[in-house]
Amino acid sequence: MVIAIFALGALAGASGLLLGFAAIRFKVEGNPMVEKIDAVLPQTQCGQCGYAGCRPYAEAIAAGEAEINLCPPGGANGVAALADLLGRDPPPLNADDGLEKPKLVAVIDEQSCIGCTLCIQACPVDAILGAAKHMHTVIARECTGCELCVAPCPVDCIHMTPVAETITTWKWTYPGVAVRAAA
Amino acid sequence: MSRLFPFHGGLKTVRHKTESNALPIEPGPLPRRLVVPLRQHMGNVAKPSVQPGDRVLKGQMIGQADGYISAAVHAPSSGVVAVVEPRPVPHPSGLADLCVIIETDGEDRWIEREPVDYRRLHPSDLRNLIRNAGVVGLGGAVFPSAVKLNPGGHCERVDALILNGAECEPWITCDDRIMRERAADIVAGLAIMAHLLEPREVLIGIEDDKPEAIAAMTAACAGTGYAVRAVPTRYPSGSVKQLIFLLTGREIPEQGLPLDIGVQCFNVATAYTVHRAIVHGEPVLSRIVTVTGHVHRPRNIDVLLGTSFADLVTQCGGYRDGVERLIMGGPMMGFALHNDDVPVTKATNCILAASVEQLTPEQPAMPCIRCGACVDACPANLLPQQLYWFARAKEFDKARDHHLFSCIECGCCSYVCPSHIPLVQYYRYAKNEIWAREQEKEKAELARQRHQARQERLEREKQEREAKLRQKAPPRTAAETGTETTDGVG
Repeated sequence: MVIAIFALGALAGASGLLLGFAAIRFKVEGNPMVEKIDAVLPQTQCGQCGYAGCRPYAEAIAAGEAEINLCPPGGANGVAALADLLGRDPPPLNADDGLEKPKLVAVIDEQSCIGCTLCIQACPVDAILGAAKHMHTVIARECTGCELCVAPCPVDCIHMTPVAETITTWKWTYPGVAVRAAA
Repeated sequence: MSRLFPFHGGLKTVRHKTESNALPIEPGPLPRRLVVPLRQHMGNVAKPSVQPGDRVLKGQMIGQADGYISAAVHAPSSGVVAVVEPRPVPHPSGLADLCVIIETDGEDRWIEREPVDYRRLHPSDLRNLIRNAGVVGLGGAVFPSAVKLNPGGHCERVDALILNGAECEPWITCDDRIMRERAADIVAGLAIMAHLLEPREVLIGIEDDKPEAIAAMTAACAGTGYAVRAVPTRYPSGSVKQLIFLLTGREIPEQGLPLDIGVQCFNVATAYTVHRAIVHGEPVLSRIVTVTGHVHRPRNIDVLLGTSFADLVTQCGGYRDGVERLIMGGPMMGFALHNDDVPVTKATNCILAASVEQLTPEQPAMPCIRCGACVDACPANLLPQQLYWFARAKEFDKARDHHLFSCIECGCCSYVCPSHIPLVQYYRYAKNEIWAREQEKEKAELARQRHQARQERLEREKQEREAKLRQKAPPRTAAETGTETTDGVG
């Protein structure tokens, strides 16, 4: 009896020490869920969800403070991916934050640009090139289509244009053949 | 050693070779205007090296190879560059791509050609010559040949160099004719390839429904040690993976290359162009195209690249009544064109004008009855039925786990499906969707990194500013801000 109590007590003590040590030694910084959610988000950094970028939104979702249907650039596919990740049912996209749009890219009308640098300061991914009193231009490859540069422009010379389909981006579509019910 | 290793599945298709293989190869027209696409190969589009108004000679480079996987493009005839702009090209989308449009002068004047003795060249110089001559795989995949002729890093020694003369598509005969008529040149080109790859053995695979081609190639190979192998006529024996298995019994690992198992495979017409490029100094300016189906005089034509499909059909006597669809490539793996005003490219092996009777009637797809006929027909040993369910349900991860990317899109499964389900269309859709999502992921990752870098930069600048202010006015209360201007340059 005494031996059993002693043995179990020793075992419990040893396990407790081990777990305590592991908790300090292998402490995880931050919420690992945030990384996973952030990886699913489209990284447009547009703020349409009401947060200051994709990562803050990911943190809010992980903390349970935000719904998963606030991201228009991610669209229905994005909501479905988040629902899959979090094991929930996918809600429809929240239309208040904006609608799903085709991919856009910002284009600066270089004739009208006055070189004020306001758009450069607004761009969340540094995709606009230029300097004060010099013409600016968008690096199309790096533009996420967030539209954050459009509003600050004092001369309205930035327009969002749909990304044109080329031979290399063209895709085979889903076979649109109606399945006929067997007679 | 002459054992063959039959692959699983495949089809006995109805042959339509005799329609076009009786007549010798005919030279094509010299059109007034050539529309030469700058993307006639896999990889990066060639960089245009001419401007509108430039005078070009036949064989002059008009597009430079851009990057390792790319190929050069040349002027197929002499004339003046009219414009460099996107034009419709033969592609299932019907979209436009960058082309150089040349107004020919009718003189067909050559640039100075520089034949070389390949035995005296360093292998890398020889590969460079092949690359600059615009040599790509003419079987239809148009992969730059210079890349495939570099064995470095893949295997210690190349065991087998295989020349593909199988030509399994039911209507195409361009390889048949080139083997019959230009066998010596093909074998000379093969010798250059063998010089670069130093294989243990060289095999030439030809389907046994082409006895004349087999005879011609056997005669040309006399004394070289190259072995001509007649393979059974069974679609798709002309597909790289299937032909390699057929001749060597070896399978290419998933996502791997033939060189990983010490084998390399080229089309017969590619060997011919290698010979022309090195021994005659002539870049790839033309290719042999089978024009067949519902035209008045089906035949093979040696066509200048950039000639419009319509001109070729005219040379073959025009369309007969009742043409339903124009197909580039064969009926099994080709695709329908939106119209015939598109230029011939290095990938154009066949123009098939199909009538209603020649097409498999398009019947509405019915539900899958799980008969398993597709599994029996699949030459890649896949489970087409499973892939179909996953592609249809857009479960792309599962489709990938079931080796979607090992599918060669040969069309055997669709052909045998009693429910007429367009299976290959589903696989193409799933593949495209997976690639597009991967690209989107990459783009998102780039945006994430750039955003993070920007946040860090802004934070750093803020701290520097504060440090400066503290240094300037240490004892005062709150630092005034807002005096600095942001430089703003990224």
